[in-house]
Amino acid sequence: MSKTEILFTDAIKDAVYQSIKKDKKFFLMGEGVSDPSSMWGTIKGVSKKFGKSKTVEMPVAENGLIGVAIGSALNGSKVLINLQRVEFALYAFEQIINNAAKASYISRGKHNVPIVIRLVIGRGWGQGPEHGQSLENIFSAIPGLKVVIPAFPEDAKEMLISSIFDPNPVIFLEHRWLHYSKGKVENKFKIKKLSSFKKITNGSDLTLVANSINLLEAFRIAKLLRKYRIRLDLLNFCMPNPFDNNLLLKSVRKTRRIVSIDLSHKTLGLSSEIISTISDNKIKLKTFPIRLGLPFHPVPSSRGLVKNFYPSGKNILIAIRDALNISDKLFRKILNEYNKSTKKIPIDVPDPYFKGPF
Amino acid sequence: MNNLELISLYKSLYLIRHVEEMISKNYSKGQMRCPVHLSIGQEACATGLISNLKLTDKVFSNHRCHAHYLAKGGSLKKMLCEIYGKKNGCVGGVGGSMHLQDLDKGLVASIPIVSSSIGMATGNALYQKRRKSNEVTVIYLGDAALEEGIFFECANFAALHSLPIIFACENNMFSVYTNLKDRQLDSNFKKYADAYNISYKRLDGSKIDEVYKKTKSIINFVRKNKVPYFIQMDTYRFKEHCGPAVDDHLEYRDQKEVNYWKKKCPIEYAKKLMKRKKINEKKVETIQKNIEKFVIKEFKFAEKDKLPSYKDAERFVYV
Ligand SMILES: Cc1ncc(C[n+]2csc(CCOP(=O)(O)OP(=O)(O)O)c2C)c(N)n1
Ligand SMILES: [Mg+2]
Repeated sequence: MSKTEILFTDAIKDAVYQSIKKDKKFFLMGEGVSDPSSMWGTIKGVSKKFGKSKTVEMPVAENGLIGVAIGSALNGSKVLINLQRVEFALYAFEQIINNAAKASYISRGKHNVPIVIRLVIGRGWGQGPEHGQSLENIFSAIPGLKVVIPAFPEDAKEMLISSIFDPNPVIFLEHRWLHYSKGKVENKFKIKKLSSFKKITNGSDLTLVANSINLLEAFRIAKLLRKYRIRLDLLNFCMPNPFDNNLLLKSVRKTRRIVSIDLSHKTLGLSSEIISTISDNKIKLKTFPIRLGLPFHPVPSSRGLVKNFYPSGKNILIAIRDALNISDKLFRKILNEYNKSTKKIPIDVPDPYFKGPF
Repeated sequence: MNNLELISLYKSLYLIRHVEEMISKNYSKGQMRCPVHLSIGQEACATGLISNLKLTDKVFSNHRCHAHYLAKGGSLKKMLCEIYGKKNGCVGGVGGSMHLQDLDKGLVASIPIVSSSIGMATGNALYQKRRKSNEVTVIYLGDAALEEGIFFECANFAALHSLPIIFACENNMFSVYTNLKDRQLDSNFKKYADAYNISYKRLDGSKIDEVYKKTKSIINFVRKNKVPYFIQMDTYRFKEHCGPAVDDHLEYRDQKEVNYWKKKCPIEYAKKLMKRKKINEKKVETIQKNIEKFVIKEFKFAEKDKLPSYKDAERFVYV
């Protein structure tokens, strides 16, 4: 295994280029598939290098064209669809939910739809109610779809390749703030079997579940707490659908404490599935499970209105304090160190910490 | 068109241009913290048509809504406060630059999902028709909006039910960086109107006199006969798709084409018209100065206005 430290965006690019090499029938669709912004640089040069043999420009017609992608995929073409925001795919909800997700089922396995729909999600710079959602819980509620959410650059490559070569339709949700992060990434092309959870740090005190941008914050906190001999079992909840709970149950049986962070709204979010699963499996916890997530209202644009909207590092620390019954004295010390280590930055731009390297 | 009309059109054009230039100039100070889609170059499409509307007529817009909002008489103060994310914004800071509305002036909604407001606008026209009102609805769309299914669904419905709606299409030949050529068969949108037997007119969207005169009779026609109309206005966006700057160094547009349209600048064109009509240049300068003073005042207000409180963020999710 040889790894190189690269940007998240380059990890995606690697995955795309290597997939083109591996599979003759693989191609890309997207609005502005050959434009200079090239999805934050993630598909840079593909159109120039391969032209129309590998790229298909998509008129602004998501519903029809995701249907077209599904139709091509029925013949065995792997298709990667690139959309700059999750909201644009909503026009194609019908195609995604009725056709992509159910083709295999209604054909008794004769059809399969190997498409990946890359959708950029999340917060920042006043994107507002219709450009800043994540909706991972919505896509995760549909049997037949896969939902993959990378966090580290390493995930970006590994998970995108694995998604492209998965015979099922995959919704690939990329947080815009992750694009700027760096990390060590495997050079080679590798298909992996993805699971719902991936272990990030090992510990027996508490299970912390997070994904996407929240995972980076959780990682920072897990590292900080280690200094205070508090050891977190940190899980990357990177594939909520299909939901396989092995690693989660194993972890919670060990720690018997859990804090789970949602990318979207806390109410009716994915953490409620996580906590219900623990309950279904009759695992007795030492303290009440805690979940964090967005309040139940749309994403406002103004930085004044998003104050307290996103779960912060401090919120996570408070949740962990409550779950572990950390003394006030110790907690103040921890919080102090956390505050010192983080820079005061505006709420609508990424924390420099998120750049890594990871 | 008499001189008074021309002057009043110029005021609207200049207001839009100046506001957009000021946004562009001040954006890098980092206080307008949301995406902005400037209308510079496309002013006459907004002013020329909307100036013929009544206050009670309704306009729906998209992500590039600043010009439509201002032309319809939307409050500049509330628009800037919205873009600055401030308390007195037209939607209290929840929307930002792409969600402008001013219900007192009949700018009902701007929606940043391409074509999304077409349904609402068509519904508004259905309401007008059922109430036997004398109002008309105008839906502004970009060239890319003609690629979404919802446009065809609504055009069919508007034709079928003979609704008083004007599809006002601003053809700037681009969707972000992508040329119309790579997205549609050709740049004549008559085919879309013909499909549903909808009347169609193609106008030079940089010429205020042409847009104003032709849309005046179209609006009268729609008001009187309660029928849909499709107007194609060819125009050009001078700045980048989203943001305060120019992005022609990226070379996605032919430089000759850029220069051709810049020469056709709607503000300069209007100035020439005024000159031809012997409208005193001093008078024009005074008009501009007054607008500039007004604009500065509203910018200052927006800069100083308070941020909304996060406690208000959860209001109005439900009625
Ligand atoms: C459904 C949907 N797809 C894609 C986008 C991304 N997008 C925003 S503006 C835009 C270009 C629209 O072009 P056009 O309608 O011609 O308007 P213009 O920007 O040229 O004024 C695109 C593709 C979107 N907002 N909504
Ligand atoms: Mg356009």
